[in-house]
Amino acid sequence: MKMYDGKYILAGLIVFIVLATFPVWFTHGKAAPPPELKLDTPVIAKMANKQCVLPKEEMITGHMKLLNDWRTQVVRDGKRMYVASDGKTYEMSLQNECMKCHSNKTLFCDKCHNYAGLQKDADPYCWNCHIAPKENK
Amino acid sequence: METGRRNFLKIGGLCTLGLGSLRLVDAIAKTEEPKFLLNVQALSAKRWAMAIDMKKCWEKGRPGCTDCTLACHSTHNVPDIGTQKEEIKWIWEEKYENVFPRQESGMEPEAIREKPFILLCNHCTNAPCTRVCPTKATFKRPDGITMMDFHRCIGCRYCMAACPYGARSFNFRDPRPFIKTELNTTFPTRERGVVEKCNFCEERLAAGKIPACVEACKCKALCFGDLEDPKSDVRKALASQFSIRRKPELGTEPGVYYVI
Ligand code: HEC
Ligand code: HEC
Ligand code: HEC
Repeated sequence: MKMYDGKYILAGLIVFIVLATFPVWFTHGKAAPPPELKLDTPVIAKMANKQCVLPKEEMITGHMKLLNDWRTQVVRDGKRMYVASDGKTYEMSLQNECMKCHSNKTLFCDKCHNYAGLQKDADPYCWNCHIAPKENK
Repeated sequence: METGRRNFLKIGGLCTLGLGSLRLVDAIAKTEEPKFLLNVQALSAKRWAMAIDMKKCWEKGRPGCTDCTLACHSTHNVPDIGTQKEEIKWIWEEKYENVFPRQESGMEPEAIREKPFILLCNHCTNAPCTRVCPTKATFKRPDGITMMDFHRCIGCRYCMAACPYGARSFNFRDPRPFIKTELNTTFPTRERGVVEKCNFCEERLAAGKIPACVEACKCKALCFGDLEDPKSDVRKALASQFSIRRKPELGTEPGVYYVI
């Protein structure tokens, strides 16, 4: 079988394959380590039972939904108190409740969001209006 | 395997029953759902309203007093942009001819024509702004407050066109650098591209406090309360004096009354 311009085609193919598989072999064996999330804020340090609003697993997967529910309840229905299933009460507020405990936003929320590759303007857009806690970095 | 039609139906029925009972088991096993409640200390009313006694303000207040405005602006992080076009207004001042157009006789005492009137969102019963909002970002609460949901506002400014009182302002730019009062870190600011206005201090009512402007006025020119409660401050103020509302001919039924 005769292949016209075989040299060029093969060279082109090789370049293509190398480029297309670049992400796979470049990061091979070097998966970015999950971030270490800091819980050492003054408020959490004082807690006897270090516990979030919901169990940890539910918070990791469902905190955006919880925030969305809180927002709807506060702004549209005028309700501001949340009674968790364990009977504990919380003020439904992003900047006054979540951030009271997680006052290290850059080392906690932001760190995980960066790792998870959230769109740059996804979570931070809340902070265009909501006032982030003061941190001395 | 051979099976008859009857057997097939029997087994099918049993299976359906079994699947159905799963939901029952679910419902019984469910732990208590989280609940959303009103704050215990929250103030509530059937119809929040305000009476503004301009006479008291002019006679008893210091000349040039802006206590109410300052209190509002520092509570809600209202910026001072510095130009009239981009001014953000929650509570502001205006002259008689602009406050009560078509209600003037032209022969009012000089004092009334020259003195400043205090304006804020009227929290109308028939609020035109809520009818035109395409996303329902602005809506009526059952207690009469015309509420803004900033999360839904797309900045189309239909509400500004619909409001006959000029009570709504658009954020043409990021307001944060223009906040001249001390930042209240418990209340959010706004961002470029949303419309804002007075919220009758709904966040303070939820915490059991009366609006900031009412609290700040030393000469008690502002009265706040439930219009449907004959014993409330507003009703008492309105029962003892003659009052008018802005642009009554429009049928918007403002919740802010003026005693002149
Ligand atoms: C345009 C400005 C703006 C943006 C953007 C914004 N918010 Fe809000 N948010 C507000 C305002 C104003 C309130 C009303 C605060 C009140 O009444 O106490 C509020 C209230 C809330 C509340 C309930 C009360 C409180 O104090 O937190 C939650 C929860 C909330 N927002 C979550 C979010 C989340 C999550 C995002 C991002 C996805 C977000 N918001 C983005 C302005 C904004
Ligand atoms: C009373 C203090 C407190 C409040 C309020 C609070 N948290 Fe937490 N949060 C914690 C503690 C403590 C943990 C660690 C829980 C654990 O390790 O089991 C935690 C864990 C989390 C986690 C999981 C982190 C991980 O380890 O992967 C997320 C996500 C989170 N919180 C988000 C939020 C959000 C969003 C809010 C507001 C809706 C909030 N938290 C309110 C104290 C709090
Ligand atoms: C354990 C990792 C983790 C931590 C810690 C964490 N988040 Fe998230 N968050 C996520 C992920 C992942 C998503 C995106 C989920 C998706 O897009 O479906 C997300 C989404 C969100 C969203 C929705 C954004 C959007 O565009 O809809 C908000 C709001 C949010 N997080 C707030 C917070 C706040 C506030 C904190 C700190 C108190 C926090 N998160 C801590 C992992 C985390």
